Amino acid sequence: MTTIIITGASLMGGVQADLAMSDGVFVDPSEAAGSKNARVIDASGLVALPGFVDLHTHLRQPGGEQAETVRSGSRAAALGGYTAVHAMANTVPVADTAELVTQVWQWGRDAGYVDVRPVGAVTKGLAGEELAPLGSMARSLPKVSVFSDDGKCVHDSGLMTRALGQARSLDAVIAQHAQDPRLTEGAQMNEGPLAASLGLAGWPGVAEESIIARDVLLAESVGARIHICHLSTAGSLEVVKWAKTRGIAVTAEVTPHHLLLTEDLVSSYDPLYKVNPPLRRMEDVLALREGVASGVIDIVATDHAPHPSEVKDCSFPEGAFGMLGLESAFAVVMTTLVEPGLVTLDTVARIMSTTPAEIGRVSGYDTPLTVGQPAHLTVVDPAGLPEQPHGSLSSNNPYRDQQLVGRVVHTFYSGVQTVNDSQLVELGEKAV
Amino acid sequence: MKHLLSAGELSRDDAVSVLDAAQEFSHVANRSVPKLPALRGVTMVNLFFEDSTRTRLSFEAAAKRLSADVMTFQVQGSSVSKGESLKDTAQTVEAMGADIIVMRHFSSGAAHRLAHSGWVESAIINAGDGTHEHPTQALLDAATIREKVVGPARGSDLAGLHVAIVGDIAHSRVARSNVLLLNTLGARVTVVGPPELLPSGVEGWPVTISSDLDSVIDENPNAIMMLRIQKERIKGDFQPASGDYVRNYSLTKDRANRLADDAIVMHPGPMNRGVEIASEVADSPRSVILDQVRNGVAVRMAVLFQVWGREK
Repeated sequence: MTTIIITGASLMGGVQADLAMSDGVFVDPSEAAGSKNARVIDASGLVALPGFVDLHTHLRQPGGEQAETVRSGSRAAALGGYTAVHAMANTVPVADTAELVTQVWQWGRDAGYVDVRPVGAVTKGLAGEELAPLGSMARSLPKVSVFSDDGKCVHDSGLMTRALGQARSLDAVIAQHAQDPRLTEGAQMNEGPLAASLGLAGWPGVAEESIIARDVLLAESVGARIHICHLSTAGSLEVVKWAKTRGIAVTAEVTPHHLLLTEDLVSSYDPLYKVNPPLRRMEDVLALREGVASGVIDIVATDHAPHPSEVKDCSFPEGAFGMLGLESAFAVVMTTLVEPGLVTLDTVARIMSTTPAEIGRVSGYDTPLTVGQPAHLTVVDPAGLPEQPHGSLSSNNPYRDQQLVGRVVHTFYSGVQTVNDSQLVELGEKAV
Repeated sequence: MKHLLSAGELSRDDAVSVLDAAQEFSHVANRSVPKLPALRGVTMVNLFFEDSTRTRLSFEAAAKRLSADVMTFQVQGSSVSKGESLKDTAQTVEAMGADIIVMRHFSSGAAHRLAHSGWVESAIINAGDGTHEHPTQALLDAATIREKVVGPARGSDLAGLHVAIVGDIAHSRVARSNVLLLNTLGARVTVVGPPELLPSGVEGWPVTISSDLDSVIDENPNAIMMLRIQKERIKGDFQPASGDYVRNYSLTKDRANRLADDAIVMHPGPMNRGVEIASEVADSPRSVILDQVRNGVAVRMAVLFQVWGREK
């Protein structure tokens, strides 16, 4: 394997230093400089960050290959600066067996662009009635350590308690899609005056907040970790803050779209802006940004949800929930958090790489950019303009009319360059 | 106007000019040949994704009195039940020659979506979209209030009047369109209904909100509009107990007798006699329910003329 030397980049927005990688790991740049076949990449003016880890991705395979495959989603992820993604379990069939999670993981290895970490379903078929074989999935080749019924809420308190108990014994985490189903029947958008005037059924914040409140208490009583998916309201933030103060092992994610977009976009009745949980008010958006800055929210996770055009080329209530995220996440984080001065680039490394890896028990991310560690690296231009998303098979990109700043320039996964100058590097089917 | 999607997009002057035009067109019905040539050669398609008889027939009558050609596309037994989308269906009827698409759809915002999607070029008239709006109903209601309460003065609006809208506000597109248009025309609106049938977020509307019908009747509204409980749109156990509803929100004979002598009683139909309105009240002299239907044809003639006749 060739040696690659990156010169002139600012490490996580701090000091400028050279980086080198060989045989999949970071090596001492001064030693690498002597290597005959070293390739040198000038990264002056750019910033080196650890490869991003997404805790919440929908890759759609198996069953939704017209929207995305593990390979196309992996390519979109690489373009977004990711080196690991967690593939949610709501495929067809559902990823609720050791065999299926192993298949998804293998497809990821075949594609070779990122580490595809399968998420196992909490309940069989996401039906919310019977626990899936968590132990078998945790002990399978991909060593599943995140379980989620995402798309649906594990709303039965008894089942949730048992799932948390299993997760504790497996050092895994339950990632909860917090949505009381009875409070959100037929819900289309954020509940409030706008929904009332648009005639669309409302999704009240309390449907999320009440489940989070219940689940942090269940996690405390079981002594388990709990992760809250796509936290979307200022009220949820207060509940998580209270739980953390109390010492409960809760972590929380926010999506790029909830950091930028508001319910006002729904006035267009364009299902491009239909997502679950829904886009909220500007007050919520601003509170969520503050929540990331204060550390109540631990990570940014994309909830990348590709859909074919026919389920978005329709009326709003008939449209599918979900929007793309992988290829725009960094730019949204730059635009909403770094540019306004709420966080610095080393925080970006924490919320997009180190902490999501820790929650998902993905090894190799705990001491970023250090010699001997796996060479997962993202080189970004904080002032550059992002590319339009083009890696995903789907085009439900909600940022097409937004002014974003922040460009992913190069991505390296285990020392293999997957993105060069913002363009995908074509890897063969079995490159890794 | 190119389309009519929401009552809220009409200015006071726009709305008054529709009412004035409707007043003129209403005389056409009394001619020996009740037809005008205004829309000759124009094809109007009734594209109905949801059941409706009166609105569809009203638009059909309006179009025919203006000499337009009328085609009807009703969902039952059509390709929609086989899964054809709004986009494909609309493009299909346009390919058959539609110039104006009058659409009723079960989804809120469907007419707005169709008009702004770039899928078709036809003029779109919203004939009811989900629980969102029904702008021609609001126009015919305003025409009826103006005729019965204000008098036949051209150019006048509804300034200073008080209109109460009673019933299932949450699921009513009639209520939403009326709230917008009545405000534009200067009327004061009170919406009345049990708390579970007032939409969450109603506090943002330009209305007075009440759950006490008797006290609203004591305020002597000029018009009281009774709405149907939309059982088909109410999910699960959010349905109010019907005995409780009738006791508290039905326009009974006793309640109607307490209205001012010149106050009118309205209903967009179809009525559930004995539920939201007593039969005696529906058939009483203060009931203008059939005047609403009659005005519906004239108002729709005016709207069709405005979206097409005026431009071409």
